[in-house]
Amino acid sequence: MKVRIHVSLKPGVLDPQGRAVHHALDGLGFAGVEDVRIGRLIELEVADTTSDEALAEMCEKLLANTVIENYRIEKVAA
Amino acid sequence: MRAAVITFPGSNCDRDMAVAIEKISGTAPIRVWHGDAELPDSLDFIALPGGFSYGDYLRSGAMAANSPIMRSVVAAAGRGVPVLGVCNGFQVLTEAGLLPGALMRNAGQTFICRTVPLKVENAESLFTRSYDTGSTIRIPVAHHDGNYFADAETLDRIEGEGRVAFRYGETCNGSQRDIAGVLNEAGNVLGMMPHPERAIEDAQGGTDGRAMFESIFANLAVA
Repeated sequence: MKVRIHVSLKPGVLDPQGRAVHHALDGLGFAGVEDVRIGRLIELEVADTTSDEALAEMCEKLLANTVIENYRIEKVAA
Repeated sequence: MRAAVITFPGSNCDRDMAVAIEKISGTAPIRVWHGDAELPDSLDFIALPGGFSYGDYLRSGAMAANSPIMRSVVAAAGRGVPVLGVCNGFQVLTEAGLLPGALMRNAGQTFICRTVPLKVENAESLFTRSYDTGSTIRIPVAHHDGNYFADAETLDRIEGEGRVAFRYGETCNGSQRDIAGVLNEAGNVLGMMPHPERAIEDAQGGTDGRAMFESIFANLAVA
C-alpha cells in the first residue's frame, strides 16, 4: 500500500521560505498570488495490514513535529 | 565530576565542549558515541554539542532525537542529571521532547554567525547561578535554524515559570519573544542556541561563557 504523508506548517507559523518564494513569483510577474506555504511530502510503501493508528503514530513520533506542523495521511490506490 | 559529551555524526562543536569542560572543571569528560546504547554510569553532567546530526534530515535534530543514546539521555534527564544542549544540541532536546517548542529556519533565511548580546533572564538555575539576573553577556551564535517557536500559551507558561534562561539583546533570528535559551520544568535541562563553550578564554574573543560552566560545576561540588 502506498501512503502519502502531507506535512505542512500550522496556520500562524511564519514560513520565511514560503515568503521568499512568494517574492520570487511576484518578481516573475505572476499577479494574484496571495500566499505561499511550503510543506513536505513523504511517500511510504507499507504493508497492507498497516493500521491507521500505526500511520498516525509514525507522524506524531517522527514524520511531523506537531509543535509547528500539521500532517494529513493519504492512502493512494494501487 | 563525571561529565559526558555526546558525539553525533555531524557534531562539530563536541571537541570545543570537551575542552571547555576540562579547562573549567579540571576533569576531561567522557566522549560518548551516538550509537552507544548506554551512557557511562553515575554521570554528573551531560552535554549535547553543536554542529549537525545525521545530516539533519527531516528536521534539525529529528534523527538524533531518536538515536539509541538519546533514550539513555532522556532517562538520565528524568533522574535529574543536568543536561546542556547547545545549538544542534538544543534542537535535539526539543525534538526529543525534553524541552518545549521547536527551532525553525531563521526568519531572515540566512545563516547567522556573530557574537550577540544575551540578557540573563533567570540567574537562579543550576546553569546560570554565576550570572546576575538582568545582566547582559556576549556569546557567539552560529546557526541556520535558531528561530524559536512555541504557541502563545506555552510561551506564557514558560515565561511565568522562569524557564526563559536567556533572551537575545538584539534582533537575531526571529525567535518568539527573542528567546535564546529555555529550561525544562525541573530546571535540570537547558537548551540554548548561543555557544558558551566558544567564550571561555580571551583568545576566543570573550570569556562570558565561563560562568555557565562554573555554575554547573560549583553546583556539583556542593551536591
